[in-house]
Amino acid sequence: MTQPLKPVIVGAGPAGIRAAQTLVAHGLRPIVIDESARWGGQIYRQAPGNFARSSKQLYGFDARKADAVLSAMESLLSKVDYRPNTLVWNAEGGQLDVLHEGHTSVVDYTDLIVATGATDRILPFKGWTLPGVFSMGGAQVALKFQGCAIGQKVVFAGSGPLLYLVAYQYAKAGANVMAVLDSSHFSQQIKAVPSLLNQAAVFAKGVYYLAWLKAHGIAIHHGATPIEVMGTQSVEKLIWRNSQGPHEIDCDAVATGYGLRSESQLADILGCKFVFSNAENSWIPQKDLAGRSTIKHVYLAGDGAGIQGADAAEWAGELAGLALIEDRQLQQQTNHSTSSEELAKYLQKRIAFGRGLSMAFQDPQNWARQTTDDTVICRCEEITAGDIRQSAQSTGAQDVNRLKAMCRVGMGRCQGRMCGPATEALLADCTHQSIEKVGRLRGQAPIKPIPFVPSPALKNITPDTEEAN
Amino acid sequence: MSISPLSCDVAIVGGGIVGCSAALALRKLGKSVILIERDLCGSRSSGVNYGGVRRQGRSLIQLPLAQRAHAIWAKLPELLGAACEYTRSGHLKIARSEADLASLIAYQEKAEPFGLGLQIYSGHQLRELYPWLSERVVGGSLCAEDGHANPRLVSPAFARAASQAGAQLMENTQVIDIEYSNTGFTLKTSTDQIIKAPVLLNCAGAWASFVAEKFNEAVPMVAAHPTMAVTEPLPVFMSLSLGVQGGGIYARQTQRGNCVIGGSRGFALDELRARPSREAIQLVLARSVELLPQLKHANIIRTWSGTEGYLPDHEPVIGPSRTTPGLFHGFGFAGAGFQIGPAVGEVLSELATQGKTSTPIDGFSISRFSRVLSSITTTLGDLP
Amino acid sequence: MHQNTAMVQQGQLVRLVELNRKKLTIYINGVATEALEGDTLLTVILTHQKFIRQTEFSGSERAGFCLMGACQDCWVCTEDGSRLRSCSTLVQANMKLVTPKANP
Repeated sequence: MTQPLKPVIVGAGPAGIRAAQTLVAHGLRPIVIDESARWGGQIYRQAPGNFARSSKQLYGFDARKADAVLSAMESLLSKVDYRPNTLVWNAEGGQLDVLHEGHTSVVDYTDLIVATGATDRILPFKGWTLPGVFSMGGAQVALKFQGCAIGQKVVFAGSGPLLYLVAYQYAKAGANVMAVLDSSHFSQQIKAVPSLLNQAAVFAKGVYYLAWLKAHGIAIHHGATPIEVMGTQSVEKLIWRNSQGPHEIDCDAVATGYGLRSESQLADILGCKFVFSNAENSWIPQKDLAGRSTIKHVYLAGDGAGIQGADAAEWAGELAGLALIEDRQLQQQTNHSTSSEELAKYLQKRIAFGRGLSMAFQDPQNWARQTTDDTVICRCEEITAGDIRQSAQSTGAQDVNRLKAMCRVGMGRCQGRMCGPATEALLADCTHQSIEKVGRLRGQAPIKPIPFVPSPALKNITPDTEEAN
Repeated sequence: MSISPLSCDVAIVGGGIVGCSAALALRKLGKSVILIERDLCGSRSSGVNYGGVRRQGRSLIQLPLAQRAHAIWAKLPELLGAACEYTRSGHLKIARSEADLASLIAYQEKAEPFGLGLQIYSGHQLRELYPWLSERVVGGSLCAEDGHANPRLVSPAFARAASQAGAQLMENTQVIDIEYSNTGFTLKTSTDQIIKAPVLLNCAGAWASFVAEKFNEAVPMVAAHPTMAVTEPLPVFMSLSLGVQGGGIYARQTQRGNCVIGGSRGFALDELRARPSREAIQLVLARSVELLPQLKHANIIRTWSGTEGYLPDHEPVIGPSRTTPGLFHGFGFAGAGFQIGPAVGEVLSELATQGKTSTPIDGFSISRFSRVLSSITTTLGDLP
Repeated sequence: MHQNTAMVQQGQLVRLVELNRKKLTIYINGVATEALEGDTLLTVILTHQKFIRQTEFSGSERAGFCLMGACQDCWVCTEDGSRLRSCSTLVQANMKLVTPKANP
């Protein structure tokens, strides 16, 4: 006798929402678990209920897409079991451990779609832990979600599409943007144009932001790398360099980021196999084009399993939903909006576009080699590049998990989110290995910090018969 | 193209704290050593355990070894060239009932000849000394010179010291086969390396049965997995390493402020990896808050587990093989091998070079299992 | 009513838009502080002062970083000891917050 399906979707950004929509269209009622208070993920993050700005003001060119995704979820609310403010912190034996309002409980699943999204990919520079330095995504959240600028004189330093988007959003909202420092060279961006045209609309937006910023007199520098942020208690100025030498900008806030990194901890805990992506220069969970992971009935969609952007996240969410339906041999909807083949074609184009992005947006040259010993890398544990190099040398650590055990990098509250890519780059550099070879920091439960709380399920505390150590 | 065989005085299977300290001790005795480790030295149980460096609470037959180890730990910085966060914080074993307290008093009496310096306190006295203990503490036994260290640092440090002393360490290398003839042992590795030695030390921890079976002395060892958790850095309040009589949890606080807490059981993902179970995590956290109310608002930032070998009597196997001359075992520490590991290493080096050791180890003989197994095989032999 | 000196201290975040929201009062280190409904704790703190906490090890001041619950650098406490991640917690009237100091 077949048991009823218990599909669960983790994440309510574009991927999670389209996955939910797809499952509902096929007669299922998934649980949708959302760490945030309201659906939308990061890119289509909704401001708190009492905020007044329109979609156009919040999402600009993406307003129509945002509205479509957000209203799709709104109309699904009565047809799914939506669990906001709920953190998935562990997975074991077909069950998820969740934390909601300080209490832990368990969610059963038979099928799981993991759509956990991404955070900024950070390459530290000296002084980056000073108050006033925020991630690129963080700067965007400040504006979108709270109506604030991160400072009175903001410098944007990094690379990737977010760089120009957020700088543009800030300038448009009336913030004082001192400069945009792009670590990529303009010539690289020109070379990338043919690949970028695979997503002509997206490319056009990027060009628009750049042109708009220039037209409004905001200084844009290419091949520009931050060297040091200085200030006694908070940011007061930024030293940066380009081919012409070092420069100084008076500022009180810096937004930084070099693309995105996948939140793949849940996939890791579930036992999904990872593969090294040359395009992203990092390990990501392995999946087929439909989003099937290497674990049966676990699907991966959106930036949580490789950075492909918001549009691709929507397609991936839909594809994952369709794959789940197919694998469970449920009735396929013949009038489904987009066929799997079409979706797959879009995704392929996005992959080609992604290659263009890698070409267009590059890390500071020799970032690892140029990073001074006294630069803090792990901000949680306050471990410097020098500590990392010294530990690798004295312990012979060749793998990033061994390095972590030896010098504590990645052992803090954020469990390597902020320092992971930088640590991999530093270890690869000082041990003369590729990024692939040094490995990746493994996900461990809890995925984010959890409080000491009694579980409702825990009854009598009976003593063990064994003491150890 | 084949790699030429290597020869040495002593081959060691397993690069945990026991194998590596044996390698170091053998080098000091001038013996050539090749150690083969499947993963990285000190990366398994020796590297992921709680970190308690504790004599109190051990069975009496372990105490001579524990005392020998205590002297080694005293000179750890000189031995390893690093302090590895070792501190003699004191180890307090908590009683949660009068019956438990009576057990602690009984142990104090029995252990008296071994000079652990145990002191019994009432719950009231303990809360005066350590106000961070809750009312659930009825009493306790304090061993002032016991303490804790960072196992992630200690065990690899033994490996490095052994290597610097001239031991050849082969990491990421698995022993695939071992043969014995009257010239000694021939090991074959996953890297197609042949190693020949007249003496073999089986320090393969939770996986030591593989070696024992090769020499017809299988032991009934089972794997078990603790649940470990660590908090965010907290203001330092816990000045002791804690255990609980009758089982429960063990907890310590590092100098940086993280509280390391362990207890209960996890589960195996596969032969090599383990994970804490959700019930165990909840249980361990709940029990910790019961005893240490200051943890009430703290966050747990990471959990982990490991694989430890348990024999039915929870005592290790240490000593010569029952079947094969030149083979010596040191494994199966039932989750309590960290403190005594360095002494076991020294004992194995004495056995390997002189055939005897000054520390009493008869109670750990592998022979204690042979009668059980031979009676089983006899019974099976009788079946049609 | 006189301005408390803490309240005139320069903040880090700058309110650009969405200024027309209901006001409420919370307490930061005992000092009455004005917040707007819909603010996160991080926003309230950083519109009044430059930092949120001091680190456990060097005592350096931090003001959060990612604003999306990933970096874990913005945890604050309430006066009763509970811990809250300030970027992902919305203000409620009369909350009593403490910005963590370095461990002594």
